Amino acid sequence: MSADSPADPTGGVISRDEVAHLARLSRLAVTDAELDVFAGQLDVILSSVARVGEVAAEDIPPTSHAVPLQNVFRADERRPGLDQEQALSGAPASEDGRFRVPRILGEEQ
Amino acid sequence: MSTDLTRLTAAELAGKIHAKEISAVEAARAHLDRIAAVDGGENGVHAFLHVAGESAIASAELVDAGIAAGTGPASSLAGVPLALKDVFTTRDMPTTCGSKILEGWQPPYDATVTARLRAAGVTILGKTNMDEFAMGSSTEHSAYGVTRNPWDRSRVPGGSGGGSAASLAAFEAPLAIGTDTGGSIRQPAAFTGTVGVKPTYGGVSRYGLVACASSLDQAGPCARTVLDAALLHEVIGGHDPLDSTSIDAPVPSVVAAARRGAEGDLSGLKVGVVRELGGEGYEPGVRTAYDASLRRLEKLGADLVEVSCPHFEYAMAAYYLILPSEVSSNLARFDAMRYGMRSTVSSGGGVASAEEVMAATREAGFGPEVKRRIILGTYALSSGYYDAYYGQAQKIRTLISRDFEAAFTQADVLVSPTTPTVPFPIGDKIDDPLAMYLNDLATIPTNLAGTAGMSVPSGLSDGLPTGLQIMAPALGEALMYRVGAAFEAARDADDGGPLIARVPEVAP
Amino acid sequence: MTAPTLVDFDDVVARFDPTLGLEVHVELSTNTKMFCGCPTEFGAEPNTQVCPTCLGLPGSLPVVNRTAVESAMRIGLALNCSIAPWGRFARKNYFYPDMPKNFQTSQYDEPIAVDGWLDVELDDGSTVRVGIERAHMEEDTGKSLHVGGATGRIHGAEYSLLDYNRAGVPLIEIVTKMIPGTGDRAPEVARAYVTQLRELVKSLGVSDVRMDQGSMRCDVNLSLSPKASGELGTRTETKNVNSLRSVERAVRYEMTRQAGVLDAGGEIVQETRHFEEQSGSTRAGRRKETSEDYRYFPEPDLVPIAPSPEWVEELRGTLPELPWERRRRIQAEWGVSDEEIRDLVNAGALDLVEATVAAGAPSGEARSWWVSYLSQQANTREQELTDLPITPEQVARVIALVGEGELTNKMGRQVVDGVLDGEGEPDQVVEKRGLKVVSDEGALITAVDEALASQPDVAEKIRGGKIQAAGAIVGAVMKATGGQADAKRVRELVVERCSAE
Ligand SMILES: [Zn+2]
Repeated sequence: MSADSPADPTGGVISRDEVAHLARLSRLAVTDAELDVFAGQLDVILSSVARVGEVAAEDIPPTSHAVPLQNVFRADERRPGLDQEQALSGAPASEDGRFRVPRILGEEQ
Repeated sequence: MSTDLTRLTAAELAGKIHAKEISAVEAARAHLDRIAAVDGGENGVHAFLHVAGESAIASAELVDAGIAAGTGPASSLAGVPLALKDVFTTRDMPTTCGSKILEGWQPPYDATVTARLRAAGVTILGKTNMDEFAMGSSTEHSAYGVTRNPWDRSRVPGGSGGGSAASLAAFEAPLAIGTDTGGSIRQPAAFTGTVGVKPTYGGVSRYGLVACASSLDQAGPCARTVLDAALLHEVIGGHDPLDSTSIDAPVPSVVAAARRGAEGDLSGLKVGVVRELGGEGYEPGVRTAYDASLRRLEKLGADLVEVSCPHFEYAMAAYYLILPSEVSSNLARFDAMRYGMRSTVSSGGGVASAEEVMAATREAGFGPEVKRRIILGTYALSSGYYDAYYGQAQKIRTLISRDFEAAFTQADVLVSPTTPTVPFPIGDKIDDPLAMYLNDLATIPTNLAGTAGMSVPSGLSDGLPTGLQIMAPALGEALMYRVGAAFEAARDADDGGPLIARVPEVAP
Repeated sequence: MTAPTLVDFDDVVARFDPTLGLEVHVELSTNTKMFCGCPTEFGAEPNTQVCPTCLGLPGSLPVVNRTAVESAMRIGLALNCSIAPWGRFARKNYFYPDMPKNFQTSQYDEPIAVDGWLDVELDDGSTVRVGIERAHMEEDTGKSLHVGGATGRIHGAEYSLLDYNRAGVPLIEIVTKMIPGTGDRAPEVARAYVTQLRELVKSLGVSDVRMDQGSMRCDVNLSLSPKASGELGTRTETKNVNSLRSVERAVRYEMTRQAGVLDAGGEIVQETRHFEEQSGSTRAGRRKETSEDYRYFPEPDLVPIAPSPEWVEELRGTLPELPWERRRRIQAEWGVSDEEIRDLVNAGALDLVEATVAAGAPSGEARSWWVSYLSQQANTREQELTDLPITPEQVARVIALVGEGELTNKMGRQVVDGVLDGEGEPDQVVEKRGLKVVSDEGALITAVDEALASQPDVAEKIRGGKIQAAGAIVGAVMKATGGQADAKRVRELVVERCSAE
């Protein structure tokens, strides 16, 4: 196994804290009870999928697309889109033609 | 009315409608009545999340008007009713993907598949139940309740497209549309004694198909016969400029292939028996049915050759890294800002922030399986783990494609059992994700490689259906349909009628 | 928070070496967005230039705009980059409400153009070669409006309003390599680079590069290292630097601020800072709880872009003359000074004058018309020179009419007024307004004879050899012809008639 192999020799692949961190990154306000269940389940799943590391594949190119296409473009021509009413039709809240959302923390990227 | 219209195949229904023996409206009504009779209630099939009675009748009326006016049917399936998986956007019906987070969402646009069905004059009866965002193999992960298997209503119909498959087996619709990311068309087909086809990746447009895993998802036809599936395949297939991964080539002539197959001669055709699929891990009943299927193929004149696909044993591991990774990104858009559900949050007396509302809504709106996969995918893509997990899984994907390529130099099509088991009881695997994942053992390699696969009913094991999977190279659907149709014809001849006729009557 | 101690700029450069890095985002002026067929125009009603794709609606899919790809390649080629023979878009995953999919589709990993340079000319005529690391395609975000709390500020707002018209507009991000060794000229180099890049992109016709409207945006990376230490300092990234002047000020400010921190024994924090236009200072952005991990992976909904060598060469063939080379050539052709050419550029008249010359006008007249009379008209009408409703061809026609003696200068201006007022082509205006130099010799001679007869004493003087007295007769003739006669010809005729008698 390579040095960066995900399998932790002490047993568990993923800790409860790590699951909590991942849930935060994924914007999931999981409960403590859920964390307990998920941590165990994810550990089992990860231990199983870690099998991918058994295959020697250094020289194998990765496949990101299942279809051998490239250079698929569209002409720079307008297509009818949605009007404002349609655009906002599913919005939980809107105001002055805009989507109304709770206050945004932090800076624009 | 002398015949029960719900028992006819799509081809038969279309023939009668186009010959003006019956009207499209009569066909629609018969199926809507059937849905009303068997879908609801405590022990109902619950294949549908939404039934669009009025628009179905309106659409059927248009078909009848066209036929009466002599302009002819819009397609070979004009006027034939169909059940649409609730993962395709529809302007006139809600689209929920089986998730609470999209409850009541009515998209402002039609998916390409939806638009093609409408253009073909197909009568869309409604939207069918599914595992939330197509994640699951039993339909138990739907936020709107499980779909019951018409063969045994205490058992699951498979998933994620359990609603579509069950609607066929319950004679609520002669045609349905499914999507197959790791087996979500084929496994439910096997579990319900119906036909399900996963076309070549890029063969049917994904525009308007709410993504589970973009590089694996593929829409396809579901039916009770191979010919019906072929007819539907030709209606929905073909290039779509709105989908960059859509193949710009003619749709394979699957209808002609199915008709030719039904003549029952496969001599000269090489059928590859995949050594790695069908042995260990497959139920005895499934193996028995599979052995019988192989003998039947031989009887049809096919040469059986054993082929080896050594990397298939890693397919499931690779799949459960690639799929969650794409899921974690695809499902990020469900954030309570622009559409769908928004939870109210109390933020210690202050005004809750967008971040807090997002996290609370996603927590409340997604079910446990979706959350598990989002977390798993977020992990697999993290910078420290990317190479070991996602990167390595993509390499295995390459190896699996190479296994297929090598196998297809030895055989024209490959076969395996579709599933390792027969339909299992509701609740049996719901708390054991890994056991649930094993359902797709045989179907996943096809999705990873982007090739084509179908499941045709192969028999019964203790009264429960089993499926034979037929796999073909990319754009090799014609051969797959030919083999499927030949197999179906031989099976029906041996059994003295179609397998689906033996489904127990669902008491209204 | 205490105000930072700023070190005197000369002192900073005496003791530290600055290293610059510049990231410029250019919004392309394609007809449609990067991945969908929505328009890209600035200033439309909110959420009216959107579709399922740029709103990130479930089920929607992107398709790449071919013109955007070509624009990116042309920018890369103009910056002497190589074009990657194969590359994919990736997803940059992070949650932010102005981003409809909560990931940005970007070529960050596999940029279409890499490893180029731009020679930047400074005020004293010297040149600095700025290395270009890459130019890549991505999509813009929507715009948010923060309501409640301090006006428009994100801090303290009660809620926000989102408009996705801008979401999905094609962006090209152009990233320089590290620019070391500019010393006290770092602010000037930064400004000159952005100025020249702006001009270059504009000359390609792929963007209107309006910094005031955000179609060109600049982030400034800067670090200091003690002189001759040989080590690279920690850099800060200053965002929101949205004018040429601000680029210069931001660099200068960060140099003086960072030196203050280092002098006090502090450490520079690698962080994002925001430029404050009013004070000319930078402030730290909100510190993220956890370091951002964008979890990039190849975009499965888009297939790779693999430009063929033929395609690349075809695009190379479309590159215009570099703007500064063009200026040098024009200067030589027209024989004008550095100052004059700069005035033309500043007045936004260079293209117009060149087009007028191309339509047959002498460069002197063309320059004079655009820089004086037409600039005045633009001022009066509160319009940009380029927006005046007159074409270089029309101006050239007026110049020709004056040159041929068909019109006087004054009449020429009237014709221009007519064109500006929508009266049609110059010749139609001449016709409609009856603006013709009277050139019928017979009528003129009669007028001259009449004037001589009515002022016999003046006529006598002229006959006596006092040619300068002819002015009074010329004046009378011009008055009689309503100013439409050619004064020079009138004078000749006066002298002729007097000597003939
Ligand atoms: Zn759009």
